[in-house]
Amino acid sequence: MNADNIILVKAEDLYNEASRLRYDAKQPMDYLRDIVGMDWGEEGLGALYYMECTATGTRMVLKAVTADRDNAFLPSVCNLWKTAKIKEREVFDFFGIRFTGNPDMRRLFLREDWKGYPLRKDYDMNSNPLNMENEENADVTEEYTLMPDGTIKGKENVVFGSEDFVVNIGPQHPSTHGVLRMRTSIDGENIRRIDPILGYIHRGIEKMNESLTYPQTLALTDRLDYLSAHHNRHALCMCIEQAAGIEISERAQYIRTIMDELQRIDSHLLFYSCLVMDMGGLTPFFYGFREREMILDIMEETTGGRLIQNYNVIGGVQADIHPDFQRKVKEFIKHLRSVIKDYHDIFTGNVIARQRLVGVGVLSREDAISLGATGGTGRASGWSNDVRKHHPYAMYDKVDFREITRTEGDSFARYMVRMDEIMESCHIIEQLIDNIPEGEFRVKTKAIIKLPEGNFSTSVESSRGEFGVMLESHGDKYPYRLHYRSTGLPLVDTMDTVCRGQKIADLIAIGGTLDFVIPDIDR
Amino acid sequence: MEIKKRTDIRSMKYEEFRNNDYLERMVKQLNDDGAGVIVGTADELINWGRSNSLWSLTFGTSCCAIEFMALGAARYDMARFGFEVTRNSPRQADMIMVLGTITHRMAPVLKRLYDQMAEPKYVVAVGGCTISGGPFRNSYHVVNGIDKIIPVDVFIPGCPPRPEAFYYGMMQLQRKIKVERFLGGVNRKEKKEDSK
Ligand code: SF4
Repeated sequence: MNADNIILVKAEDLYNEASRLRYDAKQPMDYLRDIVGMDWGEEGLGALYYMECTATGTRMVLKAVTADRDNAFLPSVCNLWKTAKIKEREVFDFFGIRFTGNPDMRRLFLREDWKGYPLRKDYDMNSNPLNMENEENADVTEEYTLMPDGTIKGKENVVFGSEDFVVNIGPQHPSTHGVLRMRTSIDGENIRRIDPILGYIHRGIEKMNESLTYPQTLALTDRLDYLSAHHNRHALCMCIEQAAGIEISERAQYIRTIMDELQRIDSHLLFYSCLVMDMGGLTPFFYGFREREMILDIMEETTGGRLIQNYNVIGGVQADIHPDFQRKVKEFIKHLRSVIKDYHDIFTGNVIARQRLVGVGVLSREDAISLGATGGTGRASGWSNDVRKHHPYAMYDKVDFREITRTEGDSFARYMVRMDEIMESCHIIEQLIDNIPEGEFRVKTKAIIKLPEGNFSTSVESSRGEFGVMLESHGDKYPYRLHYRSTGLPLVDTMDTVCRGQKIADLIAIGGTLDFVIPDIDR
Repeated sequence: MEIKKRTDIRSMKYEEFRNNDYLERMVKQLNDDGAGVIVGTADELINWGRSNSLWSLTFGTSCCAIEFMALGAARYDMARFGFEVTRNSPRQADMIMVLGTITHRMAPVLKRLYDQMAEPKYVVAVGGCTISGGPFRNSYHVVNGIDKIIPVDVFIPGCPPRPEAFYYGMMQLQRKIKVERFLGGVNRKEKKEDSK
């Protein structure tokens, strides 16, 4: 059992303390992994700040509390980390904590006329019946400033002014990969600003978790980012196992790792298919899906599910691998290696593809870290952030693989990183598939699992970045708070930075290469 | 003219379908109302065309939509059944395929798109989420079944449904369309309701 070590800071010192850590000479905490809002009841409302030093991999957690529930304020840290801006909006939306100094304090997921803050413990679940009125979006937002005398002053900021020409894209648009909505202001053909409007698939998973037992919470993880279903569930299982002190067998570790990599190939093939289709090419879509179906078949034989497998369980995996599993996986990898050239022939070298991807939508390394854009997106900008390498779990410290990074940071680099990762995943699987040790695939656990008090967190490398699980237990069979670090939320937030000044015609291709899945963003 | 429709679908036997009773009721209704030789024949021809070229407005919000994409690819190839054409504009669609969870924020958008579609229009609800809220039934932000917002013609259960289930559901919709009265019937539904 290794609970997170949490440092409590006073609310008024939060900014200074965070700033000191951020610019520390030896270990600058330059990557803010997540801000987790909390309702501690009597103690007050507050937030946990999970941060990491990209150079050394050291992780830290800060905790800040404010006792005033009706007028909850905390200082914003969005000057230190760009990603804090959107994360603080999330905390405001769920808990009603306002951040002084954050220029944008609109709700993030819920309607602007929503009443109450759903993740507070005293929220009345029936207080917001279905509202069928069409929603109006305000063009102004609020900013709060803490005055030297301790009072709070509010002022209005304009999101889109009357001189802005705003094009609305989504929420029902075929190329936004789900129900993302972007209000985009343009100047001629060039993008001036993108304001993502989220929440069209906000399912309230984190609130639901609080009334589910630990084994029950697992089912919802698969539905977050369904193209990383295994990874998500793997992270949560690991977190619970770690907290409960459950050792899982070597065999299960092997199976989990192989499944994770198959899932990654599956997701990247879909990425390829969709990206090319969004850009107007239909044939590669059929290529990608042809190979993807083979993976789905392999998974289905063992797990029983095609897209959503519900395979990892606390203590191991649901069922042993199918007798044909190893043979089929090896055949598949052989096949994939033989056809991957076609993928590159039809698209990678294509003139049109190159013109639309090379040099377009550049994201710098500093921005990638500051915005918390993990996964292939960050690696394409030269940020080595692979959780499998830096915080190895399962079998990843035993296998040999390369972390694919590039330096250009443009759409093409993001595309190539993912294509190369497919091959790297094959390489990982090949090292494991013949050596799966005998043994149990699942250790017995109690039907009702109670975790000791404390905060626990794990992270895994999902198909599109670092997926994290942050759990606070108060010793019950239900989690007190179970939060997921969304891989996609920082990526969507990146859109604005990346797209400014680009042509609106490139917007879809840029979004495609950032590769987000919306239900994971909205949770 | 006596209509003896059995709402056949090639390559699947009538008896193998479930819920045949409501189609039989629809046929009975048609016969009771009496259809002229000309109108009845024209209807049959039109319905044959309609049922085999259903254009859908895809409304994919989450996981189920990915399974729908698999349907479009070569292995399951929905073009064989005539509903491979998906439209992104409600004005051009015959039916709306709701794939995935519908949340409170999305509900007004769904209703609006449905209202924008031209008659005759159909709704297919795919997956547990659209039927009842599915795994998210207890959530504060999920609509517990889209039939609370728009009328549904076919429910396809599953989480996500298998591609085969999609086909079964779509074939049921085709069968339903085949026994409808088109001229002066479903093509003018809304008007009738207004004059009531
Ligand atoms: S029914 Fe299941 S697979 Fe379909 S959208 Fe809902 S959770 Fe996802």
